[in-house]
Amino acid sequence: MNKKLKTLTKGIIDVSPLMIPVVPFGIIFGVIGMELGLSAYMTFGMSVIIFGGASQIVLLQLFSGGASSLVTITSVSAVNSRHLLYGAVFSEYLSHLKLLWKMILSYILIDQAFAVSNTYFKKNKQNEFKHYHLLGAGFTCWSVWQISTILGIVLGSVVPEELGLGFTISLTFIALLVNDFRNLRNIIVMLVSGVVATIGYNIIPFQAYIIVAALSALLVATLLTLINLKRK
Amino acid sequence: MHWSTIIYCGIITYLTRFSMIFVLKEDILNVKTKKVLSYVPSAIFPAIIFPPVFLDNTGSLDFENNPKILAAILAIIVGYISRSILTTMFAGLISYWFLIFVYYQ
Repeated sequence: MNKKLKTLTKGIIDVSPLMIPVVPFGIIFGVIGMELGLSAYMTFGMSVIIFGGASQIVLLQLFSGGASSLVTITSVSAVNSRHLLYGAVFSEYLSHLKLLWKMILSYILIDQAFAVSNTYFKKNKQNEFKHYHLLGAGFTCWSVWQISTILGIVLGSVVPEELGLGFTISLTFIALLVNDFRNLRNIIVMLVSGVVATIGYNIIPFQAYIIVAALSALLVATLLTLINLKRK
Repeated sequence: MHWSTIIYCGIITYLTRFSMIFVLKEDILNVKTKKVLSYVPSAIFPAIIFPPVFLDNTGSLDFENNPKILAAILAIIVGYISRSILTTMFAGLISYWFLIFVYYQ
């Protein structure tokens, strides 16, 4: 097997276990999109155009609350700001690539692909085709996400509303935080965000509670980081 | 929902992924900035989680007979122990269904 194909396959294999929770997440997104009365095209279009689970669910939640486009777009930007970190970490591995490669890899640079390819890049700095790993991992995520969105769209018309699937949005986000529950500083940041959002839900105009809560929590995170670095 | 909103969100999502790869030759974010960015999920997800769990349809706090709070706490405990995304989601959903279909009936 040539090296490109080998690296590509390695990317697919490495990311596969992380796809298990992506399937129910994608299905939930499709079901909720349909329950909110969006067309199948629009729900599927979101998965293709945005291709980011958290962003898409935030978009649905704010849409159902009647938020304006400006607030929605700002909130989605806040959710996405973590990608700046991924791009910065990967820039040293990808800076030699042609623009087209950078454009393609950016589209598929999501949490799961970042996690596995970051580990691979660190260990295989010498492999000149290492970007094929990210390509394999990223397009695996992409395919799984699109297929599970379609499954959700199909199921959306048959799943009864009594099942209370709206609650699965909260559950999905709780699940995405499992690795942070053991760190006290993360828990403080989470509580600030949650409490500010809950109080702010009725007080803050234009459904901007997510933005205000996120900024307050990030301010606390910055303070905690500064205090911690000083101690070291 | 307008297509334009979806497209704008798509462009922004793409730009947050592309900008750093495009601009930087090497990783220039300092340790402090990276540490703060690593808190982004903890800073944003609870703002999405809390309001629908704690508030009822009218937007007032609902602590009594609220199956969502109990199910969310259970999901957090299971998440803490298992560290598994899938187990956490199922634990929360199954306990929620138990509460609304069995316990509160």
